[in-house]
Amino acid sequence: MKALLGGVLGLAAQVALAAGIAPEERRSGYDFAGPEIRAMQDDDTTNPGNLWVLQGETLWAKPVGAASRSCADCHGDSRDSMKGVAARYPALDPTLARPLDLEQRINRCRSEHQRAEPLAWESDDLLALTAFVARQSRGLPIAVSTGPELRPFAELGRELFEGREGQLNLSCSQCHDDNWGKRLAGNVIPQGHPTGYPVYRLEWQSLGSLQRRLRNCMTGVRAEPFDYGAPEAVAIELYLMERARGMSMAPPAVRP
Amino acid sequence: MARVLINFPQRAKRGDIIEIKTLIQHPMETGYRLDNKGATIPREIINLFACTYNGDEVFRAELFPAISANPFIAFSTVAAESGELVFSWTDDRGQTQTETRQIIVE
Repeated sequence: MKALLGGVLGLAAQVALAAGIAPEERRSGYDFAGPEIRAMQDDDTTNPGNLWVLQGETLWAKPVGAASRSCADCHGDSRDSMKGVAARYPALDPTLARPLDLEQRINRCRSEHQRAEPLAWESDDLLALTAFVARQSRGLPIAVSTGPELRPFAELGRELFEGREGQLNLSCSQCHDDNWGKRLAGNVIPQGHPTGYPVYRLEWQSLGSLQRRLRNCMTGVRAEPFDYGAPEAVAIELYLMERARGMSMAPPAVRP
Repeated sequence: MARVLINFPQRAKRGDIIEIKTLIQHPMETGYRLDNKGATIPREIINLFACTYNGDEVFRAELFPAISANPFIAFSTVAAESGELVFSWTDDRGQTQTETRQIIVE
């Protein structure tokens, strides 16, 4: 009993001490990955995420919708127009007065400007376009807006990140702020910085969005995951990007 | 057509051993998984990969359901003559995707 109490107190003390991760201690998931996975990510011809980037490049130039316009018709060469864009998302949509993530921005562009059907979450086409746009930000620092309009959403994201949930009654921060670097079963717990999304996860055998990853973690703590595109999910994405501000983007990343 | 990434040195010296890396987008559905209604998802894999160099087969691999999605296959060959490398992937439906790349041997 004493030992148990000590353990509980120890855990409580640890939780009380936790105030996020110091900037100089922040590490991307890449730093926790093994040498094979790093090599796979670094070589453009072995990184399977590039298959989607190639697909996205084709889609970028393809006219779609009632407007019969392609992304390139408005945005031109993605190497210039999309440079650094993914590093700034989720970003405020002035008409909706709430942040949209990159996938939602692409779909909104589709419905508003191309007058096409929005693409389904986790569909190959949406992942491909997202990966292609995100690829143009490789090597750039994460720089989401800190404007007052976005403050409440980032705060909500922080609360959700720090709040306990699910049957296991765990918060995101208990793993990713307090216990990163330790192991959960066979896997190293990373700090949870969204530097490489969409990412190719070997477990998924596919590319996937940050929202898919969040839903994965929520199911893991036996919580009911947010729907794709739910404002809460975007708020967490925004908080995560803010938490990783200044870290270098490396999409499409490869993770175990 | 599936997306393909192929990488090898474009120029090589005669007699050099060159490494060839290939990656193709494919779900490699095993045939052992069930969908959300409990029905078996039919098997749909690439079962054969082959590479010919100026008409001679230099590499061939049979693939089985344990191979991951988007199979990555790397192998090596000896740079003999300038010419073309032809890569082909055949799936369970009998469809073959073929890609051709040039190599210059000096």
